[in-house]
Amino acid sequence: MSGSLSRAAAALLRWGRGAGGGGLRGPGVRTAGSGRGGGSSAEQLDALVKKDKVVVFLKGTPEQPQCGFSNAVVQILRLHGVRNYAAYNVLDDPQLRQGIKDYSNWPTIPQVYLNGEFVGGCDILLQMHQNGDLVEELKKLGIRSALLDEKKDQDSK
Amino acid sequence: MELSAEYLREKLQRDLEAEHVEVEDTTPNRCASSFRVLVVSAKFEGKPLLQRHRLVNTCLAAELLHIHAFEQKTLTPEQWARERQK
Repeated sequence: MSGSLSRAAAALLRWGRGAGGGGLRGPGVRTAGSGRGGGSSAEQLDALVKKDKVVVFLKGTPEQPQCGFSNAVVQILRLHGVRNYAAYNVLDDPQLRQGIKDYSNWPTIPQVYLNGEFVGGCDILLQMHQNGDLVEELKKLGIRSALLDEKKDQDSK
Repeated sequence: MELSAEYLREKLQRDLEAEHVEVEDTTPNRCASSFRVLVVSAKFEGKPLLQRHRLVNTCLAAELLHIHAFEQKTLTPEQWARERQK
């Protein structure tokens, strides 16, 4: 396997408690609908992924991811300064956990949705982050990536 | 249900007519059956990442039901050649 991608992935997959801290206002963590036994129909999930510009389904929460891949997604969004996103913890809701896999026809968690559209899992988000596509996709949503400001600072030195 | 790295490698190679396939069993590093794969195939040409990954997912649909964690990297032969030069 090639060096740089797996090194970057390994760095993002290293996770410990409190990784989401730092005094920043946390992302908008929403819990999947109040309905029991029906909170994961295709229509409801469809509405859920369209309700916010950036929607992620994780194992755990942004403050306490319970899985290295889910943590990687959280860290990437953090790097780009994306703070207002909806994060749903599939560990809280087995029906959601299966329902979202059926909905997207994708076998694993985490899952990332931008503008209501399924983008992929951790691998894809990581590659989009590395090749600049994520900055572009966020721009299309009217979200300015923090990395652009970082670069600007570097250029002006 | 056969779930060895070798089995996955052969299946991917066959179904995706792959030029190169690597399958790593990452189970020791995770909590349950986990794999990382690299697939190099001309079938990925002109396809965005999501579509490429779906091809792999479709190929291993049955096996993925029993796999807990799955990482994949999908390259065209040209991308692979470039990576190897780095």
